[in-house]
Amino acid sequence: MRLITFSGPPSSGKTSVIISTIRALKNNGADVAVVKMDCLTSDDKALYQKENIPVGVGLSGNLCPDHFFITNIEECFEWGIKKAVDYLITESAGLCNRCSPHISGVMAVCVIDNLMGVNTPKKIGPMLKMADIVIITKGDIVSQAEREVFAFKVRQANSKCLILNVNGITGQGCTEFASILAQAQEHDAVTDEKLRFSMPAAVCSYCLGEKKIGKAYQLGNMRKVEFHD
Amino acid sequence: MINSIPDEKIAIILKTYAYCHDFFDAIVIDYPPQEKYHLTVNEYFESLDSYELQTKGVEQADLVDQFVSFLENMEARQKSVQWNIESLTIVGGQNKHGEQENVSICLRPGDVVSIVGPTGSGKSRLLGDIEWLAQGDTPTKRQILINDTIPPQSWRFSIEHKLVAQLSQNMNFVMDLTVAEFIKMHGESRMIGDIEEKIRLILEKANELAGEEISLDTPVTALSGGQSRALMIADTAFLSSSPIVLIDEIENAGIDRKIAISLLVTNEKIVLIATHDPVLALSAERRIVIKNGGIEKIIATSRTEKELLHELEALNQKLMNYRERLRTGGSF
Repeated sequence: MRLITFSGPPSSGKTSVIISTIRALKNNGADVAVVKMDCLTSDDKALYQKENIPVGVGLSGNLCPDHFFITNIEECFEWGIKKAVDYLITESAGLCNRCSPHISGVMAVCVIDNLMGVNTPKKIGPMLKMADIVIITKGDIVSQAEREVFAFKVRQANSKCLILNVNGITGQGCTEFASILAQAQEHDAVTDEKLRFSMPAAVCSYCLGEKKIGKAYQLGNMRKVEFHD
Repeated sequence: MINSIPDEKIAIILKTYAYCHDFFDAIVIDYPPQEKYHLTVNEYFESLDSYELQTKGVEQADLVDQFVSFLENMEARQKSVQWNIESLTIVGGQNKHGEQENVSICLRPGDVVSIVGPTGSGKSRLLGDIEWLAQGDTPTKRQILINDTIPPQSWRFSIEHKLVAQLSQNMNFVMDLTVAEFIKMHGESRMIGDIEEKIRLILEKANELAGEEISLDTPVTALSGGQSRALMIADTAFLSSSPIVLIDEIENAGIDRKIAISLLVTNEKIVLIATHDPVLALSAERRIVIKNGGIEKIIATSRTEKELLHELEALNQKLMNYRERLRTGGSF
């Protein structure tokens, strides 16, 4: 089975891109399942079901979403194997920009959009900088110059990735993208594989439900703002 | 030179590759201070605090490698500034029903071709095929040749070799920059020298296209629809690397379409116009008719059609005059 990790800021067009890409993969005779990772709630299950795509939904609730992702990826992978699909796609939001679900040897995709501003590529951490493929969406509503500058900024932040422009609404670019996914490495299991980058640590009193403000309530792994004036 | 970068002294690297400043900015790590100029690239990246790098999401072990490929990329980009193509050939494949297209069309810089057909007939797919440099590996099985040969596959993913620049009515500026800053940023991303001259030229041409004067210190987001379109076209003509420009249904309001197209043509662009507007469709030398996802035929604009075009243009002018009269408070 080929595992593909999709990440990207909220509303960047991940689900639309995934659905159009799966249509193209299915046209080539492949079976695909999706695991959607979200925080509080997700309406995307219905979207996938409408397309007859097997979908699992994981809600991280009061856990850190990306820690939740990595502690569940083994079970997700086993579910995919049980479903006997050729591709398992995981979709997660990468909410804090420092986290990234990308795993060494597993095709890693980051979806961002042209509306985010030219400084965004450098602000997004390993999720973009360590992705194999960066998909840029919403190119149909910004100027040619902005598309060119944005792609250039992505190139500067990740000099090795493939950069693809995809239209999430019409699906333009997804046939091409699907042909690249066909080259992803196959795996029998993900156990013992490694994350490309460590996840942010936060083992502190607030992780355990503390709500009050003040030094007396702070325990564990912590950093303080430094003021230099 | 590229291979020896890891063992080269920082001082020499900074001098040789002026643009390497952007690497430190993009990866968000410290620009080498003077007291570290004597270190090699390898030594400099090793000297950084690994805990600090972790907090910023940077993998120390990968830095040298990333730095080298960054410089490779930028060098390739500088070289590609002069990217020119002599011809683009679309070799027909099949339509949605599997019927052969049996056509081949060769486009050269300065050509203007319109694309007509009902909505959803496959115009975007044609553009998609061109952009992807299709080699029989898309649903239409079309093949794209550049200068009569199969282009290198690496072009598909090279942002320097994007074939098609697009302009449509739906496009807006979203950056928080003035007109001057905007053009400058685009020029810098193309690594073009003498940006001041480009700014002057683009502004001058944009003002020829737009009805209302554009000034350099206006934020691009505050431009009117016509001004935006005019600036986009002038900027694409002079600063876009793409040799083909697709114009998708541009309204006549606020800009002079005829001057716009001639501006692109004189800058050696191949112009494709997807349109339902008879004036635009007939102003091209040829038109591609799309039906059922395939190229149905290619029609050369006949003499009769060119005469008809004059009539249509006169009608159009009449309409524009009414528009202008109403706009300036007139009545009939």
